Amino acid sequence: MDSLNSLIDGFGTALTPMNLLWAAIGVLLGTAIGVLPGIGPAMAVALLLPVTYGLEPTGAFIMFAGIYYGAMFGGSTTSILLNTPGESAAVVAAIEGNPMAKAGRGAQALAAAAIGHFAGGMIGTILLVVLAPTVAALAVDIGAPDYLALMVLAFIAVTSVLGSSRIRGLASLLIGLTIGLVGLDQMTGQQRLTFGSLQLADGVDVVIVAVGLFAIGEALWVAAHLRRTAGEAIPVGRPWLGRDDVKRTWKSWLRGPVIGFPFGAIPAGGAEIPTFLSYVTEKRLSKHKEQFGKGAIEGVAGPESAASASAAGTLVSMLTLGLPTTAVAAVMLAAFQQYGIQPGPLLFEREPDLVWGLIASLFVGMVLLLALNLPLAPVWAKLLRIPRPYLYAGILFFAAVGAYAVGGEALDLVILLVIGLIGLGMRRYGLPVLPAVIGVILGPAAEQQLRRALQISDGSVTGLVDTPFSVTVYAVVVILLAWPLLRKVIIRRGGTR
Amino acid sequence: MSPKTWLRERSELGFGALLFLLGVLVLTDALTLDADLTGRGPVGPATVPLVVGCGLVVVAVLLSLDVLRGGRGEAEAGEDVDLSEPADWRTVLLLAGVFLAFAVLIGPVGFPVAGALLFWGSAYALGSRHLHRDPLIAATLSLLTYVVFDKLLGVPLPGGPLMGVI
Repeated sequence: MDSLNSLIDGFGTALTPMNLLWAAIGVLLGTAIGVLPGIGPAMAVALLLPVTYGLEPTGAFIMFAGIYYGAMFGGSTTSILLNTPGESAAVVAAIEGNPMAKAGRGAQALAAAAIGHFAGGMIGTILLVVLAPTVAALAVDIGAPDYLALMVLAFIAVTSVLGSSRIRGLASLLIGLTIGLVGLDQMTGQQRLTFGSLQLADGVDVVIVAVGLFAIGEALWVAAHLRRTAGEAIPVGRPWLGRDDVKRTWKSWLRGPVIGFPFGAIPAGGAEIPTFLSYVTEKRLSKHKEQFGKGAIEGVAGPESAASASAAGTLVSMLTLGLPTTAVAAVMLAAFQQYGIQPGPLLFEREPDLVWGLIASLFVGMVLLLALNLPLAPVWAKLLRIPRPYLYAGILFFAAVGAYAVGGEALDLVILLVIGLIGLGMRRYGLPVLPAVIGVILGPAAEQQLRRALQISDGSVTGLVDTPFSVTVYAVVVILLAWPLLRKVIIRRGGTR
Repeated sequence: MSPKTWLRERSELGFGALLFLLGVLVLTDALTLDADLTGRGPVGPATVPLVVGCGLVVVAVLLSLDVLRGGRGEAEAGEDVDLSEPADWRTVLLLAGVFLAFAVLIGPVGFPVAGALLFWGSAYALGSRHLHRDPLIAATLSLLTYVVFDKLLGVPLPGGPLMGVI
């Protein structure tokens, strides 16, 4: 009941006219930027970060929550109408949504996606309200070795679950860790990798890394391979659903969060896996199996609902443990750090107004999304026709604004470009970007926990594994690492039987 | 197969070499840290850089071996990405140049002018050739951004001499 009272207080914060305005601006901006082709939620959030710099933390995060959900919704609009998703979570939406749009059922596909997002987000956020305080209460007691174990798990999970090549994921993580090393050592004040530069002694700001890798890296990569003729977007009317469609989809909307939420909460790469699992589930359970691949509405509704719920799940580990599991959560964590707020078990005690205001505004944001996006969909669809040179010039422009706004330093712009070129190289050679961002954000924190744990145990390595929690987490890490081998063994056994 | 095409097909080896150099750089930096100060605590400031540096070197070698065995990093696909054409590195260089010019100019001429040049230059590099429309959009966008960020949102941007006149 305690969390219910806190939530009601949170609504008190979220529903003040000013905060309501920030939420509405966030939702509109997030959707508009998310709809633009080539811009996924992570880039949208990174690009819009500077907009919130001048605000006080509560208003900033309420706006941020709107941007997050808006960008996710915008992304699925792009996949349905343009068929070339910019982010992995929206891939599944394109499989069924685009054939629907081609068959003249774009309005239904958009409505199924929008309501899916709403349902998934609502259920996911309710689960967040129920679970987060419990997780935070449990996590208060965990110490340095446990944190280190969790961070190692995050590192291993993002490198080995995502992408097709583990060695490339690992390379990406190490690049991130290296960038994270730049600056003064937190414990002794030693300069590391600064090459005598005063500006580098402060370290490379996480926002610059995120904008560089996501925005500049992407813009340069697209510039190298710009399609001469941009894909044709399918025009669409106002989204609506007939009674038959609702009958087919309501179960899918409710099933999505069951799959999406748990996957969002664990470090397994966010919405990619749950959307796919949801798709497979819907296909198996559907009475219209023959329509799958040609535009089955359940194949849009379920995965979109799963994606939205997984976004809420992501917030559980981000808020209670300070552990980002997706690129968007990583950027959000960076935003928290900008305000000198450290997400973790104590966040709920220290900043109750902020946390519950943020959670309440997630509900408000979703209602706003549904109310605004159904009527505005034809307008959003027009954004897909923006000339590509303007789009990518605009990305570079706003990335520059964001990097400069961090500290007012021209040198930051040069660092931004260098990191952007690294991002370009990573895209060229198939290195996933997420491990690098996680490495930059969690690397310094992990080092601190490691040294703290070893100080407590007086240098003995057993101090890293002296709690049941850390041992359990390391066991999971070992299973993840050994999985390819284990799978081979299992398959071989199955073969000889 | 000529050596040139052999290398071109394995250009990822260059990426491996860069990772290797980065690893060496991190290791050298870690080893040249002031030893007197490293005594505090069982794990000093050099430990983690040493681990990361070694990791980079090992990954660089493994990546190169993977490439020699025929493994290839998959270039990232996207909405506006056409991988069937060879990469157009001239555009990338132009964009990088325009961006650097912005970094140099923002101090002396202020954000509104430098920002407009950044947008116009980038749009030009990306193939937009509208003589009147491009600079107009660039100027409007830049000025509007300046006003919204500097005046409304409280994020300071340098106005430069032009804003001083107005």
